Amino acid sequence: MTSFILTRSFQSIIVLFVMSLIVFAGVNLVGDPVDMLINPEADQMEIDRVIRELGLDRPVSEQYWYFVVNAFQGDLGRSFIFGEPALKLIIQRMPATMELALFSLFMAVVFGIPLGVYAGLKPESKVSRTIMAGSILGFSMPTFWVGIILIMFFSVSLGWLPSTGRGEVATYFGVTSSIFTLDGLSHLFLPAFNLALFKLSSVIRLARAGTREVILQDYIKFARAKGVSETRVVRVHVLKNIMIPVVTIIGLEFGSLIAFSTVTETVFAWPGMGKLIIDSIYNLDRPIIVAYLMIIVVIFVTLNLIVDILYSVLDPRVRIKGVS
Amino acid sequence: MNKTLNTSPDNTPPSGLKKFWSDFSESTTAVVALIIFFTILFIALFAPWVSPSDPYDLTSVDIMNSRLPPGSEDFAGNIYLLGTDGAGRDMLSAIIYGLRVSLGVGALSGFVALILGAAVGLSAAYFGGRFETISMRIVDIQLSFPSILMALIILAAFGKGVEKTVIALILVQWAYYARAARASALVEKNKEYVEAAHCLALGHRRIILSHIMPNCMAPLIVVGTLQTAHAISLEATLSFLGLGLPITEPSLGLLIGNGFDYMYSGDFWISIFPGVALLITIVSINLVGDQLRDMFNPRLQK
Amino acid sequence: MSKALDPILKISNLQTHFFTKAGVLKAVDGVSFEIGAGEIVGLVGESGSGKSITGFSIIGLVDAPGKIVGGDISFKGQNLNQLSNEQMQHYRGNRIAMIFQDPMMTLNPVLRIETQMIEAIQAHDDSIAHEDARIRARDALGLVGISSADERLRAYPHQFSGGMRQRVSIAIAMLNRPDLIIADEPTTALDVTIQGQVISEMQKLCQETKTALLWITHDLAVVSGIADRICVMYAGRVVEQGSIESTILNPMHPYTRGLMGSVPSQNQRGKPLQQIDGMVPSMLNLPNGCAFQNRCRRVNDTCLTKQPDIMHLADGRQVRCINLPEEYKV
Repeated sequence: MTSFILTRSFQSIIVLFVMSLIVFAGVNLVGDPVDMLINPEADQMEIDRVIRELGLDRPVSEQYWYFVVNAFQGDLGRSFIFGEPALKLIIQRMPATMELALFSLFMAVVFGIPLGVYAGLKPESKVSRTIMAGSILGFSMPTFWVGIILIMFFSVSLGWLPSTGRGEVATYFGVTSSIFTLDGLSHLFLPAFNLALFKLSSVIRLARAGTREVILQDYIKFARAKGVSETRVVRVHVLKNIMIPVVTIIGLEFGSLIAFSTVTETVFAWPGMGKLIIDSIYNLDRPIIVAYLMIIVVIFVTLNLIVDILYSVLDPRVRIKGVS
Repeated sequence: MNKTLNTSPDNTPPSGLKKFWSDFSESTTAVVALIIFFTILFIALFAPWVSPSDPYDLTSVDIMNSRLPPGSEDFAGNIYLLGTDGAGRDMLSAIIYGLRVSLGVGALSGFVALILGAAVGLSAAYFGGRFETISMRIVDIQLSFPSILMALIILAAFGKGVEKTVIALILVQWAYYARAARASALVEKNKEYVEAAHCLALGHRRIILSHIMPNCMAPLIVVGTLQTAHAISLEATLSFLGLGLPITEPSLGLLIGNGFDYMYSGDFWISIFPGVALLITIVSINLVGDQLRDMFNPRLQK
Repeated sequence: MSKALDPILKISNLQTHFFTKAGVLKAVDGVSFEIGAGEIVGLVGESGSGKSITGFSIIGLVDAPGKIVGGDISFKGQNLNQLSNEQMQHYRGNRIAMIFQDPMMTLNPVLRIETQMIEAIQAHDDSIAHEDARIRARDALGLVGISSADERLRAYPHQFSGGMRQRVSIAIAMLNRPDLIIADEPTTALDVTIQGQVISEMQKLCQETKTALLWITHDLAVVSGIADRICVMYAGRVVEQGSIESTILNPMHPYTRGLMGSVPSQNQRGKPLQQIDGMVPSMLNLPNGCAFQNRCRRVNDTCLTKQPDIMHLADGRQVRCINLPEEYKV
């Protein structure tokens, strides 16, 4: 197990290294780095000063070295707009995004797995057909448009839930989140549901496909032949087998939830890092863009690693191989 | 359960196209979706003749008619079936012209991505070696990042505009085609007919293009339909965020974005109707793609 | 002794049909036989003859689109066919157990052996403590010849070889001391040497515990070594049944004769193996009359039009053929 984690960690570091090269190349080689990294409103003297400061007059390899060294020290540049370190700005907004993404993931899993398993167990029933039709719709509806519909319906027409911003937060057990207050939850619900909808569809499809495949296996029939109740067959035998692909995908999808939160956060004016990156792209605030990309890369690589480890915990076949 | 099981009374296999259609039409939903899709395509292609007015002809647009609810009539007696937007444009016409832009961008980017991806995927499978390793590694890494993020990165680096949006969509999509093309080409590569082509000393290009590629088309078509729907949705998202197409090329996403500002005052139609048009387009393409995928999936064939 | 005095299972006129798109497939069509307490019956036939479906019909696990459409399955006087799925659960794995063909597929890959064994005990005894159930599971593993059973309980199926896994399946089937075990080709997927071990193991266990055994197989050689009686199925019907000695020595039905002829054996060395001509007819499109007509050497005009009835012979044997040699006709 340890050697398995070590190998995978090593691979992750390589991916991280490659991605840092790409981001660096994207920002420093494709565009004009002066354009990219220096406030467009700066005068010539300022520009010359920053060029020296950033080492843009040095060779590319040296520049990359400084980029990496600075990144390791947590320095990914300063925002033009806010005048503060980019990393700090992003980290400030990260809890809001994480809260949104985690809550969405929670919703997608809590609703998606039972619906998908049901649709897989009774593929011909009316309810299942409705579930699947709904999932194609959920899959096809662009996130931003669903957000608009939700706002129109629940906020503008019915006036039930607020449509913008994050509500009151409270801190329990060292975690600050809006799920601990009623106001916070009411603000969280619509954007989280919006973000969850797309993932909900893929969780349903995945759970359904997995169930349909597992249910045909001999070991399910054998479990029934043992006289095990249908409930146990589904909850233990089916569920445990479909959890492997579902957990893998959910883990990987968590990254895409963070990516898609850019859209949801913009629609619902949610003060997270997704909204910050969109605003920064508008404002050409490039240090923030670079910092955001590097953070996202780290998140993705870490997620992939966690998923691989979880996968091996869930599937004894993989785990045993890792040991020997 | 029985190998001699013979389901059709006559043993003549139906011709390719006929068989294709009889398989496809097994799902009524898919047939309806296909009809809807062709209708949308027709409307988009012949927008100038189909739409009630030209929404971008400044002489026919009157700011006095702005934000009229659906079904209103102006002083000149024109009826606005789906209402008007903030500038007094007929929504129905704007949607029809918007469809044209959305479908155009989606189809163009999908087509170029298909060619690019298939070229990389087929060559990777055929030649193997270092080219295969490197190109497929790139594909893997790219596919592990969500498409919206890739598109945002590209647009953040290059800036916005029609050709940049198309380029972003191509760069986002090519990897899906490359992976699908390689996967099926790997299977085809080792079949006897390719060996036979080698024995005839045919050139690499000839073998790839006229022997391997035609047999890899089925999965590519499936990926193509689903990806086109995805590209249309992605373009709409980017345009809604104001990072995709410019105001001069108003796609459905941009129309929805414009309407978003009016929604809080209750003028729902400006945002909702373009969204419905977008949704119908994407759903119909997805349903067709789903049916194609089921048809070509050997595991589901009984 | 062909008729058991005290039949534990009595199947009469069982019909299990599959409602497919292409038509109704009569996989089991009017099958009747009995199994006495502690008796071993071999159910023999080619693949597609309906022998496995018969087994699954008894235990009530026919997959859709299959359905039992007629007949009685009387188990210790209770007609299983009339029970609800919940009531049937009480019998499954408890009074009637089943062993499947492929040991690689029958154990759930992500659950420990102990989980899969203990759940089989607890499904039929909700008062038993987890620890006690575990002890029973351990003893059952020991009984089928698995050493260091306590340790092996913690293992996952993929850590066992095929033969070992089949032993685990047998141990699971034996857990609740059933009255009847249905073994669906339990040795087909195993190596020949392991096959022999598993067969003798099963025979020994069944004798010790007085468990009846329905051994479903296509392999006449296996069945002749273990069974008391034999039922031969062809195209969804039983074509011949009787005691193992008389049937093997003197098969009556032309199909059984063909089957016997196609078993390679030592005293036939040098002679070409006999084979049954032709193919099994499509189950969706069975001919009128006898299903074996297209492959039969005794075929006559009546065979083409009239479905043969079961002939009861003097020694208790049953044959579904109208062209028996004169001396056997009753």
